[in-house]
Amino acid sequence: MGKIVEQIKQGKILVSDGAWGTFLQQKGLKPGECPEEWNLSHPCDVTDIAASYISAGADMVKTNSFGGNRFRLEKYGLGHKVFQLNKRAAELSRKAAGDKFVLGSVGPTGKILITGDVSEEELYEAFKEQVLGLEAGGADAILIETMTDLDEAQIAIRAARENTRCEVFCTMTFGKTATGEFRSIMGVSPEEMVNPLIEAGADMIGANCGNGMFSMIGIVEEIRKANPDIPVLLNPSAGIPVYRDGETFFPETPEEMARLVPELLRVGANVIGGCCGTTPEHIWMLGEERLKNNLV
Amino acid sequence: MKEILQKISECIEMGKINREAPFPVEMKGQDGVDELTQQALMEGISTQEILSQALMPGMENVGIKFRENKVFVPQVLMSAKAMSKALVHLKPYFLSGQVTQKGTFIIGTVEGDFHDIGKSLVSMMVEGNGWEVIDLGTNVKAETFIEALKKHQNAILGLSALLTTTMMSMERITKAIRAEIPDAIIVVGGAPVNQDFCDRIGANAYAADPQGLVEYLNSVVR
Repeated sequence: MGKIVEQIKQGKILVSDGAWGTFLQQKGLKPGECPEEWNLSHPCDVTDIAASYISAGADMVKTNSFGGNRFRLEKYGLGHKVFQLNKRAAELSRKAAGDKFVLGSVGPTGKILITGDVSEEELYEAFKEQVLGLEAGGADAILIETMTDLDEAQIAIRAARENTRCEVFCTMTFGKTATGEFRSIMGVSPEEMVNPLIEAGADMIGANCGNGMFSMIGIVEEIRKANPDIPVLLNPSAGIPVYRDGETFFPETPEEMARLVPELLRVGANVIGGCCGTTPEHIWMLGEERLKNNLV
Repeated sequence: MKEILQKISECIEMGKINREAPFPVEMKGQDGVDELTQQALMEGISTQEILSQALMPGMENVGIKFRENKVFVPQVLMSAKAMSKALVHLKPYFLSGQVTQKGTFIIGTVEGDFHDIGKSLVSMMVEGNGWEVIDLGTNVKAETFIEALKKHQNAILGLSALLTTTMMSMERITKAIRAEIPDAIIVVGGAPVNQDFCDRIGANAYAADPQGLVEYLNSVVR
């Protein structure tokens, strides 16, 4: 059993970190610039993001490697730097994390299996290349996130499970359909995700991004219906972004998100952090709420 | 309606490309759009009929189901792929002028955004509705859109964005196009976009889903 899951099995509630993409933009990342390239060109800024979350009380921080697979990096002419950029990403978060955990972030490739756009082998190789870099840089776990396709998620899990000694986590992204069901854009429901992800080798599963904290309650309930024991990790966005005067705002405040923590714990969440629009203040408040509930 | 056209329409809706195609499982071993379209042409059915009575209704059905969340992205992609297969056989007739397309639609994902799934999906749906589609790809600059609009007079333009950060880029591009071509028809779409945003940046219309765009386009030309 890995160290993070071990703590969960002991009954601990853990706090993860918040957004990376929106944080990088605040620090000056321009639209169209490659975020992972900042691991080489702006190492202080990247380390500072991880450090901000550690100071805010997070038990684990992600890495700046969400789009660090060869398919995405190729778009910036960086397809040959997959290992280097991911290793550096993990090193930078490791430096800030101290004795806290580092979760190597792995996002989707943007390629589609069902149409024959890419083969399973090509996807596997791409994820393998990325996770090897993350492990070499010191990641404790691989966090496969924002997945919408079950097959791609399973391939990524297998690539991490079979090629690294890291713990493997996977979270998918769900929206609400016209009839009020949770589904990924590829049509997967939280309940449908549970067994395939566990069978592929995930130690912890859950949801990230999406339309805010409140939806996570229903998503966890669905996961728990299918499996009462698997550790559950949530990284919700701070709501659906609102566009004002040339800037995007995420509407959910730290207090609003933290207020839902007791309910999320009641339905069975184990780790709570944030996605797009969440800040160190959000993470701080999540930690405060955990203290109030005596769950450290 | 002729039975074969009905069959093509069903194959498009189900995403059945050809006989060998493994998807969908329940149609294994049956003829797909590829075989049936060739057969229809051999039987002397006009390309116009195939387009309007098989391709368009097939794509329309899947577009409506997608809007109602009865099917999801994979199904629409497979339908679009099946439709493209039929278009391969019909293209020579388009070129010879036997079929007139409804108009030209130019589409691209705005500068700074490399996401292409949504944009390609929309592009295929519009093509399947009988439009000529010019897909400028992803990370497209204002100048490229302006150039394309000048080359294809009367074309309608679609701008796509997936990231909240590239909404700014959408605003900038819309304004740049407006300054150069005041009467351009600009439609916007993508996950973070809504009607309010569309109104603010001065675009002509917002489409919440591909079928919504198709309906808007048809309302503009007819």
